[in-house]
Amino acid sequence: MTTLSISNLTVKLGDKDVVQDFSVELSVGDWVCVIGPNGAGKSSMLRALAGIVESTGEMHIDQKDLRKLNQKSRACWIAYVAQEPVMPQGMSVFNYVMLGRTAHLNMLATESPRDVEVTNYVIDEIGLHDFVDRDVATLSGGERQRVAIARALAQASPIVLLDEPTTALDVGYQQDVLELIDRLRKEKKIAVISTMHDLTVSGLYPDRLMLLADGKTVEQGEAKSVLTSATIKEHYGAAVDVLDSPNGPIVIPVRPNN
Amino acid sequence: MTAIATVRKLPSATWLLSAVAVVVTIVIGLSVGAVAIPPMDAFKEVLSHLTNGKVDSPLSETDSTIIWNLRLPRVLLALVVGAMLSSAGCAYQGAFRNPLADPYLLGVSAGAGLGATIVIFTRSENSRWELPLAAFVGALAAVMLTYLLGRSAIVGRSSTSLVLAGVAVASMLTALQTLLQQRNTDKIREVYSWVLGRLSTAGWGDLKLVTPYILVCIAVLILYRRVLDIFSVGDEEAHTMGLAVGKARAAIIVAASLGTAAAVSVTGLIGFVGIIVPHTVRLVVGHSYRALLPIATIFGGVFLVLADVIARTALAPQEISIGVVTALIGAPFFLFILGSSKHGSIT
Repeated sequence: MTTLSISNLTVKLGDKDVVQDFSVELSVGDWVCVIGPNGAGKSSMLRALAGIVESTGEMHIDQKDLRKLNQKSRACWIAYVAQEPVMPQGMSVFNYVMLGRTAHLNMLATESPRDVEVTNYVIDEIGLHDFVDRDVATLSGGERQRVAIARALAQASPIVLLDEPTTALDVGYQQDVLELIDRLRKEKKIAVISTMHDLTVSGLYPDRLMLLADGKTVEQGEAKSVLTSATIKEHYGAAVDVLDSPNGPIVIPVRPNN
Repeated sequence: MTAIATVRKLPSATWLLSAVAVVVTIVIGLSVGAVAIPPMDAFKEVLSHLTNGKVDSPLSETDSTIIWNLRLPRVLLALVVGAMLSSAGCAYQGAFRNPLADPYLLGVSAGAGLGATIVIFTRSENSRWELPLAAFVGALAAVMLTYLLGRSAIVGRSSTSLVLAGVAVASMLTALQTLLQQRNTDKIREVYSWVLGRLSTAGWGDLKLVTPYILVCIAVLILYRRVLDIFSVGDEEAHTMGLAVGKARAAIIVAASLGTAAAVSVTGLIGFVGIIVPHTVRLVVGHSYRALLPIATIFGGVFLVLADVIARTALAPQEISIGVVTALIGAPFFLFILGSSKHGSIT
């Protein structure tokens, strides 16, 4: 079983540690969700894992040191979906999803029948049949996320990083996308690390939550232990009620009583 | 599982049409000029040369000389130079994710011009082998400078800032070139005709000098066509997909700049080909560089041959500089592209 372990990941931006000593361990099939107020360092942490920004600390997959891999080999292990993936004008959904095969191709090679097959498989899996010829730039927010997730799936990496996959979406699309991620991680044995904005939603699907504040991990564990009104008050400065439900804690903003 | 879709290949009709376009423009280029020669006769003349006389040429000796020693090398030079400028335009547009990128607008041509001018002034006529090299160094330095300036905080980062930086760099390099000219007035005529772009002094020699450079550069750019598509999602996402973004961009810029330098080292400054042709071809074959790059390369050649025909005939017997013709067509076209690309949306 493939296990990703991160210890003491630190990201510096100028003199400031925007992420400080972030540590986590997860195996394929797990979904860890990182929450925290704006500017807490959630995105920086994901971007460091994806290799976009410089960081220090240890990153291993099983016994393999990720820092010793070049970008191409690293991409075979970790895929990343940006908060707002760039959708190039004039590119078909099929060609966009097939971009995910880049990690498995030499720079100057063109896709083999095998890459086309994988792309078709992913398109089938995510139910994008009716879209294959659409121009990605014309897709709606929810469709864009699905297509970007398809691209990450075509990359065939056991670890997928998702930066606020549902922030721009209305509730129906949110559910579609989250159900999709949940199904894929279980069926395809993928470890997912996501960031999320909506606290109630973050309690619904992921196995574990990690609360970041000012770059530091201040709480972690199951949703019901992290999402308490005291914790949210302390780190978000927000007055909320937290109700228990069979699906997980429900966070309701209330008027602060001064 | 049944295949849902597969890689779209260009229909073979596109290739056939491109080949026909090339042959037809070559024949037009051969037959039009001060002495009009019927297209079929011009065609047979070339065939006769290629088959070592197995096909009889219907032309007199004078006309035969015009076709074989004057027009054919000129037409072929226009073909390879146009192909190079167009493919370089495509490559810059992809690598910089900027629809306005063009060898001329990025200052590449001006950089190459300065390098070439220095060689013209310091070397005698028969030892010009350094010309492409000097033009290349100038071209590469200019494109680096433009890119750094365009990215820097001074001018901000948008699709127009790169072009503004290019204009600044080009002006500076052109000024340096003018300064050199003023200090070497004896050769000013040679440099002046170079700056305006010309195919008229072309003989087989020029063609033989630059064709190898150009063919290699075009081949390299075509090899990178899939990578140019990956660039379209932006550096960060391309990086997470496993593309060595920096290396790939450097290779593309070097190939495009070397080819441009080789082209302008013999023809002088010919602008806008890299804007006009790729954008027109995009309307037909779409945005993917897999199809765009090869087709725009072919039609870049076709375009420049036709532009040269206009240059030769519009004010006959006088010749207009080819650079003037492409700029007259290209500048309004450029404004159109500038207007239709949203401000700063593509960086």
